[in-house]
Amino acid sequence: MDIKEIYNILKLAFEEGIGEPVTDKPVDPYMIIDAKNINAVCLFLRDEERLQFDYLNCLSGVDYDKDNLAVVYHLSSFALNHKLVLKTVVPKTDPNVPTVSDVWAAADWHEREAYDLIGVIFENHPDLRRILCPEDWEGHSLRKDYKVPEFYNGMKVPY
Amino acid sequence: MDKFLLDIFGSELIKDLIIPVPLFAFVIVFALYAVLAERKVSAFMQNRPGPNRAGGRTGILQPIVDAIKLLQKEMVLPERADKWLYWMAPFVVFTGTLLGFAIIPFSSIYVGVDLNIGLFYFFAITSISVVGMLIGGWSSNNKYSLYGSMRSVAQIVSYEIPTALAALNIVMLAGTLSMQKFCELQAGGIQNWFIFGGPGGLSKVILIPFLVIAALILFISTLAEANRTPFDLVEADSEIVAGVHLEYAGMQMVMFLFAEYAQMFAVSGIVVTLFLGGWQSPFGNAIPVLNTPWMQFAWFIGKGLFFVFVQIWLRWTLPRLRVDQLMQLCWKYLIPIALVCVFAVGLYLVL
Amino acid sequence: MAEIRTEDMVLNMGPQHPSTHGVLRLQLTLEGEIVIDVKPYIGYLHRCFEKHTEAMTYPQVIPYADRMDYVNAMSNELSYVIAVEKLMGIEVPERVEYIRVIMSELQRLASHLLAIGTYGNDAGAFTPFLYCMATRERVLELFEITCGARLLYNYFWVGGLSHDIPVNFQKKVKEFVEFFKPKVSELNNLLSFNKIFIERTANIGILPADYAINAGAAGPVLRGSGIKFDLRKNDPYSIYPKFDFDIPVGQGLKGTVGDNWDRYMVRIHEMEESIKIIEQAIDNIPEGDVQSQIPKRVKPPVGEVYARTETPKGELGYYIISDGSLNPYRVKARSPSFCNLSLIRALSKGYMIADVVMTLGSLDIVLGCIDR
Repeated sequence: MDIKEIYNILKLAFEEGIGEPVTDKPVDPYMIIDAKNINAVCLFLRDEERLQFDYLNCLSGVDYDKDNLAVVYHLSSFALNHKLVLKTVVPKTDPNVPTVSDVWAAADWHEREAYDLIGVIFENHPDLRRILCPEDWEGHSLRKDYKVPEFYNGMKVPY
Repeated sequence: MDKFLLDIFGSELIKDLIIPVPLFAFVIVFALYAVLAERKVSAFMQNRPGPNRAGGRTGILQPIVDAIKLLQKEMVLPERADKWLYWMAPFVVFTGTLLGFAIIPFSSIYVGVDLNIGLFYFFAITSISVVGMLIGGWSSNNKYSLYGSMRSVAQIVSYEIPTALAALNIVMLAGTLSMQKFCELQAGGIQNWFIFGGPGGLSKVILIPFLVIAALILFISTLAEANRTPFDLVEADSEIVAGVHLEYAGMQMVMFLFAEYAQMFAVSGIVVTLFLGGWQSPFGNAIPVLNTPWMQFAWFIGKGLFFVFVQIWLRWTLPRLRVDQLMQLCWKYLIPIALVCVFAVGLYLVL
Repeated sequence: MAEIRTEDMVLNMGPQHPSTHGVLRLQLTLEGEIVIDVKPYIGYLHRCFEKHTEAMTYPQVIPYADRMDYVNAMSNELSYVIAVEKLMGIEVPERVEYIRVIMSELQRLASHLLAIGTYGNDAGAFTPFLYCMATRERVLELFEITCGARLLYNYFWVGGLSHDIPVNFQKKVKEFVEFFKPKVSELNNLLSFNKIFIERTANIGILPADYAINAGAAGPVLRGSGIKFDLRKNDPYSIYPKFDFDIPVGQGLKGTVGDNWDRYMVRIHEMEESIKIIEQAIDNIPEGDVQSQIPKRVKPPVGEVYARTETPKGELGYYIISDGSLNPYRVKARSPSFCNLSLIRALSKGYMIADVVMTLGSLDIVLGCIDR
């Protein structure tokens, strides 16, 4: 099933918050979903008979542009063998995205990673801690404006 | 031998001091070379050369080099460890094992002391090393060590039972607990060894299966008592790192290792004495030259080393059991089977 | 009798521990030997892979991709170069594809041998480990004659390869295949069907199929739960559709489907399948230039791509966003070990300490891949 059909199904189920699929750029087409909707959309995508996106391949946090962060969801389906890319864009000033870890257990650690490296805050996540950096690390290192701190716990960082 | 030494020195005290010297020397040399043997045998099984630098390709000097290296090492005392207990533990373990050697009959002319309750003494005295393990694990102030010592206590105490039950078969047949007596009773060749029913008429044939099983049980459970694979949960380097030995370094570590390797020979000695004729030549007196007192040393040590080799062989072949499976093996399989053997032998003796 | 007050013990397994396969810390909450809870702490090997890539050109990322899953570098490279090639729309010559497949399958053998060997070591059997390492050595020799490196190759380039294969390569691979074939049954005799080993692995760490999918398990872990899913078949890339091979799945022969033994056995069978693929490919390598399609400047158009391949550990995906410059805007690696490790909590609750070690070994993690 290609992204147009999926978009039509979603459009019928949700009145708003589903962006038009972007297909003109190489390689993977994607849809932009409103942050507040993302949990409901994902749950729908997983449980809908025609879609059955039961597998979350990847969840990435991206420093989207100057003011926005994005979370990218790569989904696929075992049963129907199709793929989908979703994006949700949130402003850096208020980077709150509802968690999808209740939809796919796989999202748990991916969301912790996105929180750690990008600084997206996942609402209702069961255990939102830093995962790769130490727990008292400051800042989110994958943001483009990230500056490496001079000192960490009294140790000089750049060497 | 007692009398001979008494004649030479004319003093009970000096004689008593001289008697353990060869024993002690044997244990030390054996333990040193057992380490080398283990490394060489494992290397052979794993298609690699093994130690081959010190002393030529055989690595014959390796144990000495190792010993010198380990002697120079610092003895580390972990922070907040219980100092006295911590220093004491390796010695307790080693002493417990060494004391067990007192009753091992190396030859008809040489045994540390021929106690009339020899076997009983052995089981009693080797349990001392459990106390050492417990002390070491507790005083190291390390959770892995504590787990190791807890496992060791549970394991060794449990496996005393099948060991004792399997030995009981022979005690019933022989009617003695003295180690020298066991050996003397098995005189006259391989057919008279206790694994083949001991001396006796044709009716002993029905005993053979039970005694073979008892010998196997004895061997398996002594493996567990010596903490060898597949029962080396006490060390279990992939789970609790090295258990009791974890914090020890240098000579303290060596004491533990010596105890382990000495224990390997001690338990092999017990198996050999009880089931395989002890120092008796398999040919009996048919070839008298093979049954002289000095050849008896060779027979006994040879048989013992064979079982040590089997232990090494098993170690490098088998994976390790889990704690509950270990207990299951002991309580659900070994003990009932050993009891059946005891019952069968008892029935035979009564009838 | 008054009730005895007991406390749970918290045991930190790692970061320095022989069976955590790297610098992983597992915080175990224990009641005696029983594990009540496991809390994994990762990040001890975090090398800022994704941050580094932002400052590098596309080809410069390849050596870093090598270092992700360092026992499995060829497959990592393959995944990355496929992603970039997809983004740029490069068609690579057939000869390159064949060599890539052979190399990846050889790498799969090497990786599985290491996984199986260390798994035996976790169980306390040291000898199979050395047997596996000795066999793996032969694979590394093949890599060495090809590209000079034994562990980190930098062999697959965007659009081609760094070197062509040496002249006697095919002969050597065939020799290796003959050498390898009896090794599997040797390993089965020594370890797989050992009674103690089965006792230690069967019915431990059971992963039900639906949870495996939901939690993002990949590779042999997923297939161990009985799901016949392999990206080489289900979402084919490179020239895998040309080859005939099976997807081994866990069948629960010795216990429940999805236990440690199943995951282990899937790896054993996968090695046999890899040998099949190599045998089919090695004689059919077409002639050609392996560097003809390598672009002068790797400068993909604005866009993004998610390419996934089946590495020995599972699905490795690279999500690459290009802003049209020479440096990638964002590279995110979806590492299979990362997803598989997140299962450890669910898999080891209620089992014993020794089982945690076995379950961890059956997931076959490499910390370089998890922490990136």
